[in-house]
Amino acid sequence: MRSLRNEQVEWIKRAGFVLCLVPLARLVWLGVRDGLGANPIEYITHSTGWWTLSFLMITLAVTPLRRMTGLNWLLRLRRMLGLFAFFHATLHFATYLWLDQFFDWAAIAKDIVKRPFITIGFAAFVLLIPLAATSTNSMVRRLGGRRWQLLHRVVYVIAVLGVAHFWWLVKKDITEPVLFACALTLLLGARLAWAVRKARGVARPPQPSLR
Amino acid sequence: MLIRRPSDIAPSEITLQALYRDRRAFLRSAGLLAAAAGTGGLLLPAQATAAGAKLANLRKSPFSTTEDKTPYKDVTTYNNYYEFGTDKDEPAANAQALKTRPWTVAVEGEVKRSLTLDIDHLLKLAPLEERVYRMRCVEGWSMVIPWVGYSLSELIKRVEPTGNAKFVEFVTLADPKQMPGISYPVLKWPYVEALRMDEAMNPLALLCVGLYGEVLPNQNGAPVRVVIPWKYGFKSGKSIVKIRFTATQPKTAWNVAQPSEYGFYANVNPEVSHPRWSQAKERRIGEFGKRPTLMFNGYAEQVASLYAGMDLKKNF
Repeated sequence: MRSLRNEQVEWIKRAGFVLCLVPLARLVWLGVRDGLGANPIEYITHSTGWWTLSFLMITLAVTPLRRMTGLNWLLRLRRMLGLFAFFHATLHFATYLWLDQFFDWAAIAKDIVKRPFITIGFAAFVLLIPLAATSTNSMVRRLGGRRWQLLHRVVYVIAVLGVAHFWWLVKKDITEPVLFACALTLLLGARLAWAVRKARGVARPPQPSLR
Repeated sequence: MLIRRPSDIAPSEITLQALYRDRRAFLRSAGLLAAAAGTGGLLLPAQATAAGAKLANLRKSPFSTTEDKTPYKDVTTYNNYYEFGTDKDEPAANAQALKTRPWTVAVEGEVKRSLTLDIDHLLKLAPLEERVYRMRCVEGWSMVIPWVGYSLSELIKRVEPTGNAKFVEFVTLADPKQMPGISYPVLKWPYVEALRMDEAMNPLALLCVGLYGEVLPNQNGAPVRVVIPWKYGFKSGKSIVKIRFTATQPKTAWNVAQPSEYGFYANVNPEVSHPRWSQAKERRIGEFGKRPTLMFNGYAEQVASLYAGMDLKKNF
């Protein structure tokens, strides 16, 4: 299981792609069957938002999982998962613009400036755009690995903003935002721990005189 | 004020005379039976008390709006009733086991005549009216609901509040055995709401026992609640067990939970934003676009004078 043949990974990717479309398919199915409840627009907004955060968490889980299990092929799913986070964020934002506000630009502008939870949600979405735009292999090459990696670390900021966005909008029951915050703390904490260990590991051996 | 004629009750909603007469006969005999068994009415047939039982001979009210009513299904499946869960569909799922009989409401505090009223007594205290009211939730959605009840003032007059009574407090049921939400400290239980005396005496303030011509469904606050149509929905306490008259302003649930966001008054006001969202518009359940929110939820004619001279931005 450690290493898979190329076509095996391709099959996993295809299956994963279909699986990642299930949340949207469910919404469409519920919509057709009049199953979105009394306030369908709110339902769609919450659902697409929830899945944006979930896909962000799943994407951020790839690297820690790979390091812990040694399943290197997991890395090949990461771009797709990240793009599904962007896909759901786009649906979420479109729902807000179209269904919720019905392109009332004045109200939208006011919301973005005056409502902190919308401000940070909007900021997170805007920050996702360059990551999605530079997700292709050719963009990685054009930017160069190091710069590309540095840019894509913005996803940490995006995830924090996303969780804060959710936390801030909830009226009182913060159970779910807290769960997302815990997951994010674990995922970012693991990276921090590795970074610290790496820094120490590098610092420890006596430096040969290179100068 | 333009008092619109309330829309007629659809013929399909009228209970056949033969049916309700039969029902009354049935009730009488059942009542006798229960009394004979010495169980004090506990054996009353389910159809007389359970949610969905028809409430007959409802009077019409000049306060009713003629706007389209929100469908029964939406009114009874999209609820904020945190004692049964914080999701909108949870009250409908979790409230079915709530026992609404026997049920008493203690009326006490700054009154000359303290009372403990049985729910059946409360149902007969004054003639029942149908009142079609707009309901505006602080979250930004609204409904139009045909409530059944009578003015809260009918009850208040009977207990004769003393000169010290400045506020009325509504204490609602907090039973962890029947209400799964009570285990979570989302709000301070029991849920308490309150009004100023003059607000409570306003004829719009409704003591409510039903909706859509039927006994209140549990998730809508059975067996008795208040409906204060010019205030955000959370001011209208559900499943009331105690009504207390006080000299000082009671501590109310949402105000205690988040004083910067939920004031004591909580009057619907499109000009005063919630700190985190605008209150200028609302989504009427069942409609696609948003509609502008009206001052005092469209009841300014009846209630604006209660707040004359008050800074509504401060007293939100």
